[in-house]
Amino acid sequence: MLIDLDHFTPGLSLAGGLLIGAAASVLLLFNGRIAGISGILGGLLSWPRNDRHWRLAFLAGLIGAPLLASLFGLATRPDIQASWGTVLLAGFIVGLGTRYAGGCTSGHGVCGMSRGAVRSLVATLSFMAAGFLTVYVQRHLLGA
Amino acid sequence: MRALALPITSLLAGLLFGLGLILSGMADPVKVQSFLDLAGYWDPSLAMVMVGAIGVAGLSYLIARRRSRSLLGLPMQLPANNTVTLRLVLGSAAFGIGWGLAGFCPGPALVALGAGYPKAAGFVAAMLAGMAVFEWLERRSGPGSVLKGSQRAS
Repeated sequence: MLIDLDHFTPGLSLAGGLLIGAAASVLLLFNGRIAGISGILGGLLSWPRNDRHWRLAFLAGLIGAPLLASLFGLATRPDIQASWGTVLLAGFIVGLGTRYAGGCTSGHGVCGMSRGAVRSLVATLSFMAAGFLTVYVQRHLLGA
Repeated sequence: MRALALPITSLLAGLLFGLGLILSGMADPVKVQSFLDLAGYWDPSLAMVMVGAIGVAGLSYLIARRRSRSLLGLPMQLPANNTVTLRLVLGSAAFGIGWGLAGFCPGPALVALGAGYPKAAGFVAAMLAGMAVFEWLERRSGPGSVLKGSQRAS
């Protein structure tokens, strides 16, 4: 294993993680809710339609974050190398998979792991393993 | 008062979460894929994100666990379900494949959409379609299906 020290950002990533933890804490302690993004988004599509307002407000915050970041001189420049076809396929299976799993990186990976849920640990190991394997196949077997 | 406070704390949480994703590098799909690329030049940064986030959120859970109501007086809605099911494992694996393919999970995709990237908008639209298919399948599938269940962690 070769560690990419040129791109390793331990300080910034730790600071970002602390902010994510603070965000999850606000939602938990003030609203009594779990900061699971797939669940907050997917819940808008389920029936009966209730408690939509806080979901929309949270999602508005996420979408508005790049604007706030730019006020602090922090640019948001995602480098999306995947093709349009891959992006659409990936988006679809992320939507379907996270709903079947009942959570994603935030709901299981951060919140579930924080409360020590075995279920979330299993989910996190499963999506991490699948992610490692997918990138291995993509970059090293298919050479994309 | 509570009716007004709830959207405000939710918006604040969303902004903080998004800011954290941007600062940490998680909003950049190439950085995410570099973390998932153990066989290449591995960038371990995202492990630091998990350490920071779980450290803070873990402390909050210790407080939340002792309360039945939130600071706004709302019921604490912590998941009670802790069963490991096939749909949990397979759903997570499907999610992981999509995560590796594009480098986006739900939060960062919404942040990149907010930054005005058309491909991120495409990802979010496809993700909503996947979630809508889930809702449709849930409503029409009868009991007894392998993937049937009502557990939702988040």
